[in-house]
Amino acid sequence: MNNTADVIIIGAGVIGSATAYYLTRKGHSVIVLEKSPFLGDGGSSRNGGGVRQSGRDPRELPLAMYGVKHLWPGLSEELGMDVEYCQSGNLRLGKTEEHLAILRGLTDRAAACGLGVSMIDAAQARTICPYLSEEVIGASWCPTDGHANPMLVTLAYYRKARANGARFITGQRVQAIQKVRGQARRVVCGDETFEGDTIVLAAGYGSRAIAAGLGIDLPMNTLLMEVLVTEEQPPMFSQMLGTAMADFYGHQSKHGSFVFGGSSGFEAHNRDDGRPVNHSITAPCICRGVMGYFPALAGTKIVRTWAGWLDEMADHIPAIGPVAEVPGLLVGCGFSGHGFGIAPAVGTVLADLAAGDTPPLEVSAFRYDRFKAKL
Amino acid sequence: MSATDWNDRICTLGPFEPAPGDGFIVCRCVEITQGDVRRAVHDGMFTLHEVRRLLRCGMGLCQGQICGRLVRGIVAKELGVSPTALEEVTARAPMRPVEMRVFGSEEAGA
Ligand SMILES: Cc1cc2nc3c(=O)[nH]c(=O)nc-3n(C[C@H](O)[C@H](O)[C@H](O)COP(=O)(O)OP(=O)(O)OC[C@H]3O[C@@H](n4cnc5c(N)ncnc54)[C@H](O)[C@@H]3O)c2cc1C
Repeated sequence: MNNTADVIIIGAGVIGSATAYYLTRKGHSVIVLEKSPFLGDGGSSRNGGGVRQSGRDPRELPLAMYGVKHLWPGLSEELGMDVEYCQSGNLRLGKTEEHLAILRGLTDRAAACGLGVSMIDAAQARTICPYLSEEVIGASWCPTDGHANPMLVTLAYYRKARANGARFITGQRVQAIQKVRGQARRVVCGDETFEGDTIVLAAGYGSRAIAAGLGIDLPMNTLLMEVLVTEEQPPMFSQMLGTAMADFYGHQSKHGSFVFGGSSGFEAHNRDDGRPVNHSITAPCICRGVMGYFPALAGTKIVRTWAGWLDEMADHIPAIGPVAEVPGLLVGCGFSGHGFGIAPAVGTVLADLAAGDTPPLEVSAFRYDRFKAKL
Repeated sequence: MSATDWNDRICTLGPFEPAPGDGFIVCRCVEITQGDVRRAVHDGMFTLHEVRRLLRCGMGLCQGQICGRLVRGIVAKELGVSPTALEEVTARAPMRPVEMRVFGSEEAGA
């Protein structure tokens, strides 16, 4: 089997798979190496499906807005699979004056970057979503936000990239990237070696150890976040929901289940035995958060819960782009819990950079070497 | 001849050909047919995890207790492997559906 391609991608999450697809669309040969036996088994199959622009770091907003404008609307058609993209807005809810102050801050910062987001009162919020608790006194509202099904998006990118000729190999843990004549070229997995003109490192937290082998440190940690899913309910509302205090976030999916994510507050101190498993205190805490804003859901049954790791960068935004010390290497990792919504845009940018084309957006805010000591 | 390495997704089963029994519903919770499962395998979903994530079979109210073995059998047959050669899927808490007000309660006996 030929182990050489124009581009070798490390990691078959939504970022690696999207990059692979956009590269095949340009006619490049691609090999994707994934350590798990299953495709997209990292954060990409475990996230809450939010396709949000509101509430983002201003540095990330251009990517989020570009994706929502140019990529998400046609994605199902392009990939030949209904990825359940639903663009009916994001409501971020508040119950107190302090909550509204937080929401106003977020709204002002995003509006200053050109995002259509505004504060609305309780009556307006109830017109948009009639099931809100009486305690809600206001909200921020971004009508162009939405959600999609993360498992389908990741697999749809894989399926289409594979149909276009990309070679995905699961159960293939990358140990090292090696330089040849000063250029990143060889990717070593046990006794198998792969070679590419460009290497894209999109292995989530796993990227840190691989980059370290080249003398590059990507300052990130893991953080376990949890999600629950309810039984199917008749359609109640289609918006993405969140709260000023991040008690929970979520939406109702196309088939009727609610998907709610959240935390217990003990994320930094959870036991870590090497597998992403739920902690018994978290899902009940998410339930209390949901019922506090949607009392009508108190009788709805939970059918599943799961957990997934975030790759949390020191300043909560990813590293995207070329590495000056290692020509031929591109990184795309550290998405810090919000990489799903921007994945189509990031995949587009990484594919352009790997192909030597000019990306539609400038990504220097995401340089891997932006981190400086505090003094 | 050595067994196919299904980890290398360049492997293909050839185009999907309809077969008798494709209309048979294997997962009643989300109404997935034998044909849906076979088509997913032909589309490159070579593991139970991927088939489930694509089709949601086994992730409805019964959590796969009814369809789990059937889906495993269909995927194994398409790939030409023994059903026991396929991976275990993850059982998720709570083990049976629980109302939010019960799950979220901190009170004993609530
Ligand atoms: C609970 C939860 C909720 C979230 N909610 C949202 C949300 O609502 N909206 C949003 O935008 N984002 C959300 N996110 C974040 C989002 O899921 C991630 O940012 C996104 O999936 C990152 O994709 P990725 O491809 O970089 O990472 P991953 O999906 O983690 O993929 C990285 C892949 O690299 C592989 N890998 C690691 N090491 C190696 C190695 N040595 N060799 C080969 N392969 C390797 C891993 O196995 C993995 O498959 C959430 C995340 C979690 C966990």
